[in-house]
Amino acid sequence: MKKGLLSVLAVAAVAALVGTPAFGQAKKVKIATEGAYAPWNFTDPSGKLAGFEVDLANDLCKRMNAQCEIVAQDWDGIIPALNAGKYDAIMAGMSITDKRKEVINFSTPYAATPAQFVVLKSSPLTKALPLDTKVYSLKTMTPETQKAIDAVKAAFKGKIVGVQVSTTHANFLETYLKGIAEVRPYKTTEQHDLDLTAGRIDAALASQAYWKPMLDKPEGKDMTIVGPGFVGGLFGTGVGVGIRKADAQLLSEFDKAIVAAGKDGTIQNLSMKWFKFNVTPQE
Amino acid sequence: MDIDFYWSTFLELLTGVPLMAQLVSLSLAVGFVLAVFVALIRLSRWRLASGIAYGYVYVFRGTPLLVQMFLIYYGLGQFEWIRESFLWVFLRQPYWCAILAFTLNTGAYGSEIIRGGLQSVPWGQIEAARAAGMSGWLLFRRITMPIGIRQALPAYGNEMILMVKATSLASIITMLEITGIAQRLISQSYRAVEILVVAGVIYLMINFMLTRLVKWLEHWLSPHLRDAPVVATPAAALAH
Repeated sequence: MKKGLLSVLAVAAVAALVGTPAFGQAKKVKIATEGAYAPWNFTDPSGKLAGFEVDLANDLCKRMNAQCEIVAQDWDGIIPALNAGKYDAIMAGMSITDKRKEVINFSTPYAATPAQFVVLKSSPLTKALPLDTKVYSLKTMTPETQKAIDAVKAAFKGKIVGVQVSTTHANFLETYLKGIAEVRPYKTTEQHDLDLTAGRIDAALASQAYWKPMLDKPEGKDMTIVGPGFVGGLFGTGVGVGIRKADAQLLSEFDKAIVAAGKDGTIQNLSMKWFKFNVTPQE
Repeated sequence: MDIDFYWSTFLELLTGVPLMAQLVSLSLAVGFVLAVFVALIRLSRWRLASGIAYGYVYVFRGTPLLVQMFLIYYGLGQFEWIRESFLWVFLRQPYWCAILAFTLNTGAYGSEIIRGGLQSVPWGQIEAARAAGMSGWLLFRRITMPIGIRQALPAYGNEMILMVKATSLASIITMLEITGIAQRLISQSYRAVEILVVAGVIYLMINFMLTRLVKWLEHWLSPHLRDAPVVATPAAALAH
């Protein structure tokens, strides 16, 4: 008995000295997500985190040979808490924008979807701003894009638009609809949906990847997408993993893993599973 | 330290003060009337009304204000018949939902504070008033109420300060008061610490003014504790 224990200790000591990766030296990475932005990430009825990003995070971690823990964190404090060292990475449907890049780094994008307005089917806005399946890039202001924005401005004059606080969508409204429409900031997208249904707001702006599955649910049966979709510019280049500026090593590992997951179709498979359409960045 | 950033944040956050002041003053004003009313019912001998008043106080004191706001704002909006009633004119707007939640909340807390104040009025003083021929409304207006309020004032001042801080919750139902604006600024710059420090300073300044006001009210209602005003006597005049 005693001898057995000793030999175990000896093996452990040797292992510690040699420190080979074979002895479970997988590094620990703590990833934060919001847990309230289905199907990107959400909390299932049993209280567990699930969704596209939770599946993708697990896949990326396997590729990076890392031991991952995924935690939920409120959206509006998610960047400050990353920089405060509460976790090492953010995967929460966060668009890569210049403004955010001033404070954190982003991996290469793992998803890209246009921003779209949703109204109630009974709303006059369905006629004022009919669905335009084309997606306009804000990166360069072509006459076409300008026309699409002008149409949005004209339709929303005097209307109330809901949006989740601290999002690129909120910045879009701030930039293009300030003084034209009243913008109401919500903590979560679910809350602006409630108010849209209740009739407190005329429209809500969020990502297509949020709306598509939402409109298929019973809660979304009275809602419909209107107007054009927008990408680029202040919407950024897509959704990426947020990482502290100092963690260059982790960033390059995520980059490698994301490129690999994009190449072998993992991202596409997961996005078909969760969004029912492909969100893999096209460029 | 980036003084310019602090200063521009300060100016930006100040734009949320009028809304906050409206929320606080309106809900405190209505809430105070409600509190006195509920306190009187609680003290009345009418058991059923007293029970209902107690139930109201129990519910609003025993649940978080955040939950109350959510239930009033999102909860009531779920019912079709409310959305079709005249109430929707008010409940449709986050402003009135916030006022309603704050008023009901401070009414519940305030009623207990005022009940305590009214009950602490010494029996001897009421007896003296009765001996002087006062009763009913006159007794209440001249004796019980002023003395009771004076006793309750320090605790009620606390409640006023709590209300100022509670208005920060209005941001969760889309109101852009100080905290709401702070959140928007944080989302634009991600400089959470600086912005929240400035927001904290603004709340401190407001509460400083509020405590001064309560102090002044206390002073005004307590002439019996002050030194008698010095009347200049001819002798004193000579000494000068």
